Amino acid sequence: MISNIDTYSHVRGESIYLDDIPLQVGTLFAKVFDSTVAHAHIKHLDISKAKNYPGVRAVIIHSDITGENQIGGIIPDEPLLAENMVDFIGMPIAIVVAENEHIAKKALKLIEIEYEPLPIIVDPREAHRQGKYLSTPRHFNLGDTEIAWSNCAHIFEGKAESGGQEHLYIETQGAYAVPGENGFIKVYSSTQGPTAVQKTVSRVLGKPMHQVEVDTTRLGGGFGGKEDQASTWGAMCAVAAHITKSPVKYSLDRMEDMRMTGKRHPYSSDYKIGLDKDLNIIAYEAQYYQNGGAAADLSPAILERTLFHATNTYNIPNVKTSAYPCKTNLPPNTAFRGFGGPQGMFVIETAIVQAAEALGIEPHVIQHKNLLKTGDEFPYGQKVVSEAIECWTEAETQFNFQEKIKSIEAFNNKNQLIKKGYAIMPICFGISFTKTMLNQARSLVHVYTDGSVLITTGAVEMGQGVNTKMVQVAAKTLGIDESFVKINSTNTFRIANTSPTAASATADLNGKAVEIACNKIKERLLISAAEDLGVSESDIAFVKNEIYINGEKSKLSWKDLIFSTYAKRVSLSEHAHYTPPDIHFDTNTEKGHPFAYHVFGTSIFEITLDCIRGRYTVDSAQVIHDAGQTMNEKIDLGQCEGALVQGMGWMTMEELIYDKEGRLRSNALSTYKVPDIYSVPKDLDIRFLKTEKTNLAILQSKAVGEPPLMYGIGAYFAIRNAIKAFNPKALVPFDAPATHEKILLALYGKYGEI
Amino acid sequence: MISFILNNKIIHTLTNPATPLLDFIRYESNLKGTKIGCREGDCGACTILVGEIINDKLSYRSVTSCLFPLANAVGKHIVTIEGINREGALNPIQEAMSNQNATQCGFCTVGFVMSLTGYALNKKGHEKEEAIASIDGNICRCTGYKSIEKAAGDIVNHCNAFAEGSKIERAIACGAVPAYFQGIEDTLKELTNTKEDIEANGWTIGGGTDLYVQKHDELLDVKNEFISQQLVHEPIKITDSGIELDGRCTVTQFVNEPLIMEHFPCVKGLGVLVSSTPIRNMATLAGNLVNASPIGDMSILFLALNASIELTSAQGIRSVSLSQFYQGYKKLDKTKEEILTKILIPKRATLGSVNFEKVSKRTWLDIASVNSAFWIELDGNNIKEARISAGGVGPTPAILTQTSTFLKGKNISSQTISEACEMAQNEVSPISDARGTVEYKKLLLSQLIKAHFLELFGIV
Repeated sequence: MISNIDTYSHVRGESIYLDDIPLQVGTLFAKVFDSTVAHAHIKHLDISKAKNYPGVRAVIIHSDITGENQIGGIIPDEPLLAENMVDFIGMPIAIVVAENEHIAKKALKLIEIEYEPLPIIVDPREAHRQGKYLSTPRHFNLGDTEIAWSNCAHIFEGKAESGGQEHLYIETQGAYAVPGENGFIKVYSSTQGPTAVQKTVSRVLGKPMHQVEVDTTRLGGGFGGKEDQASTWGAMCAVAAHITKSPVKYSLDRMEDMRMTGKRHPYSSDYKIGLDKDLNIIAYEAQYYQNGGAAADLSPAILERTLFHATNTYNIPNVKTSAYPCKTNLPPNTAFRGFGGPQGMFVIETAIVQAAEALGIEPHVIQHKNLLKTGDEFPYGQKVVSEAIECWTEAETQFNFQEKIKSIEAFNNKNQLIKKGYAIMPICFGISFTKTMLNQARSLVHVYTDGSVLITTGAVEMGQGVNTKMVQVAAKTLGIDESFVKINSTNTFRIANTSPTAASATADLNGKAVEIACNKIKERLLISAAEDLGVSESDIAFVKNEIYINGEKSKLSWKDLIFSTYAKRVSLSEHAHYTPPDIHFDTNTEKGHPFAYHVFGTSIFEITLDCIRGRYTVDSAQVIHDAGQTMNEKIDLGQCEGALVQGMGWMTMEELIYDKEGRLRSNALSTYKVPDIYSVPKDLDIRFLKTEKTNLAILQSKAVGEPPLMYGIGAYFAIRNAIKAFNPKALVPFDAPATHEKILLALYGKYGEI
Repeated sequence: MISFILNNKIIHTLTNPATPLLDFIRYESNLKGTKIGCREGDCGACTILVGEIINDKLSYRSVTSCLFPLANAVGKHIVTIEGINREGALNPIQEAMSNQNATQCGFCTVGFVMSLTGYALNKKGHEKEEAIASIDGNICRCTGYKSIEKAAGDIVNHCNAFAEGSKIERAIACGAVPAYFQGIEDTLKELTNTKEDIEANGWTIGGGTDLYVQKHDELLDVKNEFISQQLVHEPIKITDSGIELDGRCTVTQFVNEPLIMEHFPCVKGLGVLVSSTPIRNMATLAGNLVNASPIGDMSILFLALNASIELTSAQGIRSVSLSQFYQGYKKLDKTKEEILTKILIPKRATLGSVNFEKVSKRTWLDIASVNSAFWIELDGNNIKEARISAGGVGPTPAILTQTSTFLKGKNISSQTISEACEMAQNEVSPISDARGTVEYKKLLLSQLIKAHFLELFGIV
């Protein structure tokens, strides 16, 4: 099994990211002038001083845009540059283009603006009260909760809050646009969605898409933040390049990025859960108030996935959920690993913990009792092929769960000022774009006459190892060594109409397209080899760069065969298309079969809480993860570990603080903290579930990008468990992240006591 | 003209000395392996190594190049990833990272490799913790760190096998750095730098670790005075009246000084809680005090130790008690011309016990929500004298005077502690900000006072 193909250049600092691209002579640098108020009319804007500053080439405002001043992907509600209104702090108003960044920054300070303030909304519930939505609210129903309540032995209601999350890709957003002849423009973009950038540039320049080439080699992290929101910077550079007729680059600095870009959506939710006397969950209702920010961006799709994952990995026969995409005066929130799923799961887990605490039992008793079995129906109508019980059982056994509980109890009985806590977090995550249309991909495969292979797909490499997996698929299908295969940058001129690298589905979709293309080439090669060797095609196999006849190595090598086939004037190239079968969803009935398959897993967290200082260490996170039959254990393990820690960060220390004015107060790395090397679980033990079941994943290797993030939710409940061990009477609001502040205040009853 | 060695090449440059070294490396030298992540020393993506001759020996430290002024490169060996790469092969540090799949998107990777190279060049013991500590300033958003931890373990095992010769010889032998490092010491000694007399109208820059976070653009437009261009060779001295620290002493020099450890064992614990290895390698004690952050860790410690400072200018030298130095939010008893040259810890401080506490949003590599230091001298079971300082609870780092006075003569008991906590509440005035609300900071202060007694006397 090969390691990530980028490793060699990564450790040597030779991998090329956006800011490393050699610049053409005459390149100019852009900087954005953005709003300092969250909601206002622009009364007066004067750019003349900035325009006349030496070294400034242009100051661009909305009226300079030659096409449409619009970047909204799903809903056209977001201008590239503000016209007469600003809707959030950080909203771009003007672009300064100068000979260098230093000049551009100075010119920014010369722009004069006056605002006429308008009321600011930062709270999604307030937006809901005022009926301010970004798109239509959605409702999913299964069974009949009204009837079910009367059959419940126990009913609990409550409120859950989960905070936003900054992506904190270490490479900030950016783009570099280079104008060419006859109106053509090439944009290098740090984007998960090259086609989205292409479309947006085409729209704001008023040019057809075939005039816009977008090229992406790799990202220094994306996590969803560069799915839709990379388009902004691509479009700005393109507009600036178009106007100045010069190459224009804009690589955001960290504070610009944190201030101007959207993040994971904060959610405020209400829930009601009902159990029968045997602890079966028989009814569940929830209302989700999604803090969408000032424009729709991807919020409607994220909202939908919250509903898809509202019941996490539990079988609940009666479900009624509603989700509201609330419009507030924050930067438009956007995709982030998990895409609304984690927010939905946090609420059901909260409901279960509340029920368990009230009933005086451990939450895992309820969790275990209600795990999905194959054939159970989700509220959206799909029947599940489940590994939930398998993962749970393996986790309990392999990690000696019962003994762990006993030793934690013993520890807590012995220690007064230090307490241990634990939690189990099972997950279930659906794989496919929930927008059915996006479930398609294409590949382009060339075999050169020396036998080397070049592939291009719509997948974007951002550290998740998708390029390595593509190389593996091609090498395996063609029976050649991975070193024969090179993968090209993702480019809208080689692969058209790509879906973004998102939804964990990229390796599946693009990998299958590579497999199809390689198989088509292979079919032609088989015919050619059969001719050359005078045997039948069915006797031939391609193994390790050699051609075998009935298991015996022939005189023909891969390289010989390629040249021989070329000499016969047979095509050695292929462009293939793949779309997964049987995927459909009807938004009128909110029923269908939206997912190709589901990924399952169970994590167990143990933490130790210093009850004097209110801080903790995560002792262990132990996981059984359903990876199907993993095609690259190294890469999949890395994805699991990284996602778990990122999820833990979201639930524990990563706190986005917006004030009432809509200003982000945790706007730099000094105030927004992500896990460092000392924050991660001391023991992080992730094991894969052994399974032979078939699935629709590429080479049976299930998607791994997003699902493990939700294990991190377990850290929150383990901390809560330890707080309760110290102060059983403490009221601990279900309000993530569990920061040191909230922990200490809860430990000492500052939120009240029972 | 600034002269230094960049990897294996001598550089003479007229570039603005206030330019962050990061920009010089990337945009003037076209060495793109060093990455820009945050420009505030908080991510480590731009970590490089700085070699200089101290007490006649070449020695290396890791620094974040975003906060390191070009001016401070003078006479030094600056090492970027390009300076350690081998032709066509990985070195053992890179190989360990590669073998353990310790890189995903790769953007932070070079920073980790450079920090670990810094470890190989400074290795003291045989334990893995030392290697992990070297990467305490590097943030990775992809891997979850476990693979990096494993790589660090492999590197430790590899390096442990090389025990012969000087630190640099060992690092060359184990393959962490190329052979040309052998000749650097001589080249550096030959390198001459003429200091130009400039009329400074801008800032006085020591380590630069705070100024460069706040003002890296403004610094380019003025003429600054760089007072910390070389590490001080003997920054800590014992005198008849106590311990004398050179203002330019870095936090690393301070926390690693055996003399300090001996008298104030808590400094070891404090050290790891103060920012990160590369920042501690640059930040000076004087800088921390003059910066006057209400939550400056060093200010808090020195306040509890009853330190005084020496301010030097053309007008002469004067001494000020640190507690009198802070007059209001970022307001100091100091003229613009005066430079904080010395810190004096009185002998009396060494007779008592000291504890330092800090809680922040993230325990490591973070700024305190509240920090506090406690100095206490006992007479039997009674408190002869005590001093509690606290940060994050007012406009300046300060001594809790009433609480400290109250403790005098009391015995050590739960009741004393609880009364002290209550009293402390009345002499602080925290504000709500990104590091915590008023309610939290007040509660936390009480808890940290309890923690002081718990740590020193096992009682709460």
